[in-house]
Amino acid sequence: MLITCPYCGPRDVIEFTYQGDGNRERPDPASQNFEAWNAYVYDRLNPAGDHNEIWQHSGGCRTHLRVVRNTLTHEISSVAFVRGDHASGARRKAEDRS
Amino acid sequence: MMAEYSAFSLLANALKGNKDWKPAWRKPDPKASYDVIIIGGGGHGLATAYYLAKEHGITNVAVLEKGWLGSGNVGRNTTAVRSNYLLPANTRFYEHSMKLWEGLSHELNYNVMFSQRGCLNLAHTPAQFDDYARRGNAMRHLGVDAELMTPAEIKRLVPALDISSDARFPVVGGLMQRRAGTARHDAVAWGYARGADRRGVDIIENCEVTGFLRDGDRITGVTTSRGDIRAKKVAIAVAGSTGRVMQLAGIETMPIESHVLQAFVTESLKPFIDTVVTFGMGHFYMSQSDKGGLVYGGDIDGYNSYAQRGNLPIVDEVMSEMLALFPGLARVRMLRSWGGVCDMSMDGSPIITAGPLPGMYLNCGWCYGGFKATPASGWCFAWTIAKDEPHDFNAPFTLDRFHRGLVIDDKGQGANPRLH
Repeated sequence: MLITCPYCGPRDVIEFTYQGDGNRERPDPASQNFEAWNAYVYDRLNPAGDHNEIWQHSGGCRTHLRVVRNTLTHEISSVAFVRGDHASGARRKAEDRS
Repeated sequence: MMAEYSAFSLLANALKGNKDWKPAWRKPDPKASYDVIIIGGGGHGLATAYYLAKEHGITNVAVLEKGWLGSGNVGRNTTAVRSNYLLPANTRFYEHSMKLWEGLSHELNYNVMFSQRGCLNLAHTPAQFDDYARRGNAMRHLGVDAELMTPAEIKRLVPALDISSDARFPVVGGLMQRRAGTARHDAVAWGYARGADRRGVDIIENCEVTGFLRDGDRITGVTTSRGDIRAKKVAIAVAGSTGRVMQLAGIETMPIESHVLQAFVTESLKPFIDTVVTFGMGHFYMSQSDKGGLVYGGDIDGYNSYAQRGNLPIVDEVMSEMLALFPGLARVRMLRSWGGVCDMSMDGSPIITAGPLPGMYLNCGWCYGGFKATPASGWCFAWTIAKDEPHDFNAPFTLDRFHRGLVIDDKGQGANPRLH
């Protein structure tokens, strides 16, 4: 499996560290909404098909990447810097999880 | 009359050229309704059907399997059976399973080839050895056998192991469970299937569940590739497909991630190891099948996957670990490798519970330890379905334990499924 890092180009999966489900929304650190924290820590979408996930290019440029990968075929359809999310204020919303 | 096995029937059929064997279970068409539907014709689903019929007298049961019987993880695992856990909830449950294993061939009149050849966990640092002593004491405290072994004793038991002080990770000791071992995985599925079928359970293969029939929140049946089937109770035992099936019921998130686990077998060798050996510095475990092949595996690939195949980095890692322990295997050829999809839970422990919807029962979260749990999983799930409440053995394995702070994290890894 190759992941095409936007900075380094196509690299073997062994250079990357999986950070898991990218759909989760971390509550505000000051939040005392236990249900929201529980959901953030324990609940996963786990789709069969396109999965929005975070990888770190830990054996390369060390940036965090938002990858859309098909969990049935391992085919990767998009890779982008996670930090772009914050620059544009575009955290994942429930409606674009599909 | 279905196939019954005895020394006499084997001899008689051998003399007649093995032409007169009867099928071990029927191939019925689905009825319009059942008392209980079990989704998933793997080890756990079939064991559940068997114990529902045998222990609770509930025989109007269908097991729905989307492929052929035993085509999932029950035929893809590395066949190890053990009960060497640290936390009491796990120890009690898996020890119950071990006791069922010990009588299983006799119980089913089907040779599951359960072989109590022992399972040896190797320690490579003094701290790890201390940790094993703690786990061994915890096991013995609950009546499970465990013993610490010195390197010299380990060398006598497994001569091929490199225990020299200049090994990459020298062996400083080990924790042995003598009653652990291996079983013939396909035979477990077939034995439970025949036992369930004989008591009246319909096993329906090539029948994929495509949705749930509902009356409000209550589940009243399933839609399948072979038509709608109604049931008072619908039980789910689909391992790696849990997320997909729960989404059909409108449940979007679960404390589960599906991951792919690879396993490997070498060409057949003469007797090489007569126990199960696990590596303490990485993740590697190996035993030898009765055919002579070395059966082994390691970590999951480590990313969400529903593909029943993995990638090369794990192959490389597993082979490296094998050679670190057994340098003499360097020129042995790998015969086959394959992958199975594991339902990795957030604390490494399973879920066996009524709910989460009315009329629904859920059995999942087996990570990659589901095979050894097969008898107790079926036994406890059948109890839960029949009585609408858990047995003491599975009472801790609830679905809501994560949100209530009652996790059962044997390895202390936290909510990171790829590390369990």
